[in-house]
Amino acid sequence: MMNEQTKTHAIDPGLVVRREALDISREEICLQVQDLDLYYGATQALKKITMSIPRNRVTAYIGPSGCGKSTLLRCFNRMNDLVDGVRVEGSIRLDGEDIYARSTNVADLRRRVGMVFQKPNPFPKSIYENVAYGLRLQGVTSRRTLDEVVEKSLRGAALWDEVKDRMHESAMGLSGGQQQRLVIARAIAIEPEVILLDEPASALDPISTLKIEELIYDLKSKYTIVIVTHNMQQAARVRTILPSCIWAS
Amino acid sequence: MKRNLGNWFKSGTPWVWLNAAAVSASLIMVVGLLALIAVRGLAHFWPATVYEFEYLQTDGQHQRIIGEISDSEIVTRARIEASGSAEVPGDTPEVERLLIKTGNRDLVGLDFRWLLEPRVLERSMPTDVMAVERYEWGNFYGFLQRVKQEDQVVAEGEAAWQALQDRLARATELQHRIKDIEKGRIGSINYAMEQLRLDRRRLELEGRDTPENLAAIEAEQARLQADYEVLQRELGELYQQLRRDSFTATVMDGREVEVPLAKVVRAYRPNAMSTVDKFGFYFAKLWEFVSDEPREANTEGGIFPAIFGTVMMVMLMSVVVTPFGVVAAVYLREYAKQGPLTRTIRIAVNNLAGVPSIVYGVFGLGFFVYFLGGNIDDLFFPEAQPAPTFGTPGLFWAALTLALLTLPVVIVATEEGLSRIPSAIREGSLALGATKAETLWRTVLPMASPAMMTGLILAVARAAGEVAPLMLVGVVKLAPSLPVDGNPPFVHLERKFMHLGFHIYDVGFQSPNVEAARPLVYATALLLVLVIVVLNLAAIAIRNRLREQFKSFDQG
Repeated sequence: MMNEQTKTHAIDPGLVVRREALDISREEICLQVQDLDLYYGATQALKKITMSIPRNRVTAYIGPSGCGKSTLLRCFNRMNDLVDGVRVEGSIRLDGEDIYARSTNVADLRRRVGMVFQKPNPFPKSIYENVAYGLRLQGVTSRRTLDEVVEKSLRGAALWDEVKDRMHESAMGLSGGQQQRLVIARAIAIEPEVILLDEPASALDPISTLKIEELIYDLKSKYTIVIVTHNMQQAARVRTILPSCIWAS
Repeated sequence: MKRNLGNWFKSGTPWVWLNAAAVSASLIMVVGLLALIAVRGLAHFWPATVYEFEYLQTDGQHQRIIGEISDSEIVTRARIEASGSAEVPGDTPEVERLLIKTGNRDLVGLDFRWLLEPRVLERSMPTDVMAVERYEWGNFYGFLQRVKQEDQVVAEGEAAWQALQDRLARATELQHRIKDIEKGRIGSINYAMEQLRLDRRRLELEGRDTPENLAAIEAEQARLQADYEVLQRELGELYQQLRRDSFTATVMDGREVEVPLAKVVRAYRPNAMSTVDKFGFYFAKLWEFVSDEPREANTEGGIFPAIFGTVMMVMLMSVVVTPFGVVAAVYLREYAKQGPLTRTIRIAVNNLAGVPSIVYGVFGLGFFVYFLGGNIDDLFFPEAQPAPTFGTPGLFWAALTLALLTLPVVIVATEEGLSRIPSAIREGSLALGATKAETLWRTVLPMASPAMMTGLILAVARAAGEVAPLMLVGVVKLAPSLPVDGNPPFVHLERKFMHLGFHIYDVGFQSPNVEAARPLVYATALLLVLVIVVLNLAAIAIRNRLREQFKSFDQG
């Protein structure tokens, strides 16, 4: 399936990025990765990654466990900073600005680049407070603004109808699929530019997975989405839903 | 057979039995301990039957003895005869010996006496025998004869009992008013006078002792002095009225004794009381025990100041230790670089928990009391010098010392709680643009709060039972006033205080009348356990509420 324009870059041990069915040169680039090396102490986890992620598209990549997909994803919002002994070389540009520059405010960066993790991780608070968390961080206290944004985000995450009568109950009472959609609502509540999804459906049942996949499809008109998966079938499904994706195998 | 035994071992049954046995043993010990101190302590307040004994003395004389049976034991005849005290009638190898509380310490010198059961010729329970609880000299037992008012007999015979009760009620009322004036109003005046003296001294030290300032102070002093004299006169009159009544009663050796009602707490006829009366009496005594101040070198009356001191000290300690421990744990777990240094600190903290508590007491005395307190006095209370204000053992230093003692417990428990919070939660918060501090405040600390409460529960349990260090840093046998009263600034953290644990030690070992005070040791011990249980239950209730709120992540 390789064609002429495909540049391949080995991500240890075998992740290969490959473009398909999309002419990247005609897309507006949101994230530009340039010669990225990442070391955990002495171990090199990412080798010379160069890739472009187009705006308002779903970019998916797939690969075997431990090949560095999540590590790469976590570079986009500098989550790797939390790991002791991590060293990053090369650059990642978000809208042209190097996110690894000294002047970057990491909290601001993470506000612009939201993330959804493999396992749903709602806070042990009410559904409402989970969604409002990011806004409260930004100092929003107006009840009306909060109400509006919470409703909008929950609708955006296709969860509103299921939870509108139990907004103040603990989020821990939701099912796994609902929790994952809640976490997506939480991420979109602060209106990021990019949403990173790290195997968002791997801990869910098939029906919940389908809902999440549909949700991802709906979100692409407003957000740049980068998704990681190790499930070939899912990648295939995502591809059938999303014909304009870049995907990796 | 061998195979069966092997299977039996493999089935795990012996293990289960062993566990069950260990649990049962623990349960029996706890229940037994509580039951013992409860029975010994609570029985003390029950109005015991007063017996009249006809006793054959060693010289063949008959003697009448009146008193309560407070203990009995079986001893061998040989032991008694070896002690050479008396020969024992009968020929049983063992004889019963009764410990009789005869009271009347002022008349007969000793208020307890051993009687050999075989020498008791007769035992009866006269209904008209009267037990009198007094402010001095312990209990009095006798038969009421007359009630007098200013040396005139006003009632005699059967009418005397009712007259005594009426006049006793009046005397009690007067006592209350006297106490109110002495402790309350005169106490406030004394406090204000002392403050004025300090104000004056401060003005002198600061060189602001202008005639106007001094005149203002003197005017205030004169006003207080005038108030004081009015109260003093009022007090004199009350004492005069209190001395009015007395009663006479015959005691066991036939003497007729006069007792002023001013010395009487209560008088009752235990043998004539119905069960209902006895219950009423019992609860009145119990209430007195928990709500009143001690009398007679702590051997009688209540222990309210000790309860108050214990609870206040523990609460103050909690207020100090919780933020301190939590902050230290957060630093160690969240911010400090995990390396050999942090590990060393952690080990040191853990080892602090094993330092004997008296060592903390010595440290508290040397550092808090003498160093910190002395410097505070120099800086803020120069006018009170050379008398120390904070440079002497007191409630605040005791609370600080115990906070130090319990700090490791809180640190360890909080660290444990912090480390149990899944990193997914922290990452979730960070990914929303929260800084590390915001993540801590908004998510991690609330989720770790049940663990902090666990630490606090352990700390409270340890602190409330600690006595040794407190003896060095603030506990006294009898504190003249509570650390909280009506005089501004209302909370006096520099004051010395009473403590249940020390009270047990004091009553048990330092009391002038150990035998009489022994039931109080049990009762106080029971109360100490109850106070600790209540404090712990309160903390556990709070923790369970927090857990409910965050139960969440245990499942997730």
